[in-house]
Amino acid sequence: MLVALIMVAVVAASLLFHFLSPWRMTPIASNWGYIDNMMGATFWITAAGFVAVILFMAYCLFRFRHQEGRRAAYEPENQKLEGWLAIGTTIAVIALLAPGLFVWGQFINVPEGAMEVEAMGQQWQWSFRFPGADNRLGATDALFIDANNPYGLNPNDPRGQDDILASGGDLHLPIGKPIKMLLRSIDVLHDFYVPEFRAKMDLVPGIVTYFWFTPTKTGEFEILCAAFCGTGHPQMRAKVVIESEDDFKTWLATQQTFAQSRRGEAAHDRRASAR
Amino acid sequence: MTDATLGEKENVLPPPAEVEDVELYHAKSWLTHYVFSQDAKYIAIQYAGTAIGIGLVALVMSWVIRLQLAFPGAIPFIDASRYYQAVTMHGMIMVVYMLTAIFLGGFGNYLIPLMVGARDMVFPYVNMLSYWVYLLATLVLVASFFVPGGPTGAGWTLYPPQAIMSGTPGNDYGIILMLASLILFIVGFTMGGLNYVVTVLQGRTRGMTLMRMPLTVWGIFAAAVMALLAFPGLFVACVMLLLDRTLGTSFFMPSIVEGGEHLKYSGGSPILFQHLFWFFGHPEVYIVALPAFGIVSDLISTHARKNIFGYRMMVWAIVAIGVLSMVVWGHHMYVSGMNPLFGFFFAVTTLAIALPTAIKVYNWVLTLWRADIHFTTPMLFALGFIVTFVNGGITGLYLGNVIVDVPLSATMFVVAHFHMVMGVAPVLVIFGAIYHWYPKITGRMLDETLGKIHFWITFLGAYAIFFPMHYLGLVGVPRRFYELGETAFVPHSAAALNIFITVAALIVGAAQAIFFFNVFWSLRHGKPSGGNPWRATSLEWQTPETPPGHGNWGKELPIVYRWAYAYSVPGAPEDYLPQNAPPLKGEHSP
Ligand code: HEM
Ligand SMILES: [Cu+2]
Ligand SMILES: [Cu+2]
Repeated sequence: MLVALIMVAVVAASLLFHFLSPWRMTPIASNWGYIDNMMGATFWITAAGFVAVILFMAYCLFRFRHQEGRRAAYEPENQKLEGWLAIGTTIAVIALLAPGLFVWGQFINVPEGAMEVEAMGQQWQWSFRFPGADNRLGATDALFIDANNPYGLNPNDPRGQDDILASGGDLHLPIGKPIKMLLRSIDVLHDFYVPEFRAKMDLVPGIVTYFWFTPTKTGEFEILCAAFCGTGHPQMRAKVVIESEDDFKTWLATQQTFAQSRRGEAAHDRRASAR
Repeated sequence: MTDATLGEKENVLPPPAEVEDVELYHAKSWLTHYVFSQDAKYIAIQYAGTAIGIGLVALVMSWVIRLQLAFPGAIPFIDASRYYQAVTMHGMIMVVYMLTAIFLGGFGNYLIPLMVGARDMVFPYVNMLSYWVYLLATLVLVASFFVPGGPTGAGWTLYPPQAIMSGTPGNDYGIILMLASLILFIVGFTMGGLNYVVTVLQGRTRGMTLMRMPLTVWGIFAAAVMALLAFPGLFVACVMLLLDRTLGTSFFMPSIVEGGEHLKYSGGSPILFQHLFWFFGHPEVYIVALPAFGIVSDLISTHARKNIFGYRMMVWAIVAIGVLSMVVWGHHMYVSGMNPLFGFFFAVTTLAIALPTAIKVYNWVLTLWRADIHFTTPMLFALGFIVTFVNGGITGLYLGNVIVDVPLSATMFVVAHFHMVMGVAPVLVIFGAIYHWYPKITGRMLDETLGKIHFWITFLGAYAIFFPMHYLGLVGVPRRFYELGETAFVPHSAAALNIFITVAALIVGAAQAIFFFNVFWSLRHGKPSGGNPWRATSLEWQTPETPPGHGNWGKELPIVYRWAYAYSVPGAPEDYLPQNAPPLKGEHSP
């Protein structure tokens, strides 16, 4: 009796907590509203399953508790019932999976004409790079890194000379344009994570990874690292500023290009290209 | 034949013997009797004792973690390095050294021979060795607390390059000892695992067909097979990482710049490690879960006095889960940077597992339908398992559905999910199983009142820890954060929630003292239990002596005539028919 009541109370408390507690997803600031919708749908389907199973259990606990003279029924199996339950579950799973895979398809296919931006991670800071006038990012390799080439751009790649470097500071992006984030690490795994964007992806040393999103809200958001990367992991933060196209252009013009950053460093250049 | 007291008997020929009775090894000295014992029952106690002992260390580590998260910086001893070391040791110990060891080494050793009607494991000497290598692995792990630099703080996933680089605590000796200890653990486990598998396949007594075995045996058997297939993935990953760390090979290490210096590595793949790790790591979840599934089925059936509903479906579900779980490891790597097309494959396989898993849940609750439910302590723990397992299972549908995992991965939502489903749920089963089988092991009952107090605090407390934790993850709080600091996206009230969770964790941890008191007190003062206090059907309750003697069955092995779920059979004189009771006239038991 009491056991059944407590089980019902557990279900009730869980639902109340879900609907009344102040802790819910932070407001979205990107195009990935689909993900939030999927999460909402998943909640309703799975919560229905949870409530149904536990309440059924609680009912059994109450109705079939031991009393003097009770004897259980003997029913090894009931294939019809088992079949129906399996079919129902399969339908629920497909209802979740099909739209999920559809949205994943969108997530991994970057729209034509997305602006490429690179985020580079290292213990424990972020740096960012934009393609310059040629709209192409120059090639990189950790082997090129030295005090005068912290990004490890290939000094001989003409496409890289006009690349715009925004190191140690914030990342500015224009609102309403699809952004393809190219991700690169020079030491350990990191993960580019802005909760408001919903999207995230690991940075893996040795390869370049990517994801895309379209910012839909102006303002400042926090960039965190979501892959444990050593004791400084929680401090590995930066800011992303979403602003109008014009503000963005103005900001970009204040940043140095790769070539500018290396003026007067000819000696180092020669050394680097000899490598 | 031990128990031939039931109503009318039929004259039947016993089924033919599949294997002959074996010559038992008999201990000759005190040392081989009590220390280097080759009796599976004794090895089981050694395994379980060690697992619980090291599990307590992991429990204390969880307090360290929780205190820091609730009161950041309040305890100067917990600096960032110690925090990450605590997280790492907590996770690794709980998953490998506690849960795996207690389910397979503990319950596997105790229950397999007794439940299939064998005198012992088929390779008793190797079985003994398995425990001692496990103990050595545990000691090596403990040693890492005392070496310069302390234990590794790489996270229980030990991802390179970070795991062996200087930004991670314990990268000098701690990581080496951790890898060495895991390698030893796997060696030790393999010896035990072969035993469990071969004993189930070859050591069953007459009449004990595979489809008459209790689900406990099925669960442990399937888990042992999976572990034998999955642990080699971890084994090679550990060996390769050890070589990277000690000899400077580059299996997992690409070109790296650390503090402006170029390290000597080049060309390796960090993602390769993740594939190897999770090829082990996901099946590991089910290596823990399948024995729990099996045990809980038997607890429910026995204490509800009803046959488990859909036994054949339950067996096939175990097999299906075992097979499928070998091909879902990529769901831990959706945002790892692997080829994103894999996301489609792994999302499909992962959600496919939901089906056999859901069927098991339905069959547990359907077993309660028209049952005769006794609210004994083991039954309560089984019910607690159902609630926490269903709750943790449904959040798996979020994390398995690749696109929904993207925002949730690496947040506290994940921590809440896996604790519910593979932390709390299996631990509740362990407790339920101890309350259930303690009378067989010791001949005395555990105190029921203390047991119930222990249950309610543990069940409700653990639910209070981990249910709200999901919502921190929804808000966006990342895991493995020593301190979150001020962030715009987390409301201030989250601090209050963190304190609540920590208080609950401290209470649940402290409440385990009730359990330990009960276990030790009842050894002497518990009510004598007799051989079969729960009036259960499976063979371990039909031994001639309790606790069972060396060789388990006295002179003659039992002969099995029916499945393990003959509860409340219509027409039977009592509400249970032991597996080895001779058939009644007109009985049609599976
Ligand atoms: C009283 C019980 C427990 C409490 C309060 C607890 C609490 C925690 C906390 C707070 C974390 C750290 C989360 C983070 O910030 O990353 C953690 C990590 C973890 N726990 Fe537990 N835990 C408990 C029991 C268990 C059990 C029984 C298991 C067995 C499966 C387990 C497995 C893990 C694992 C694998 C990790 C991840 C470690 C890592 O991130 O490397 N825990 N636990
Ligand atoms: Cu990090
Ligand atoms: Cu998994």
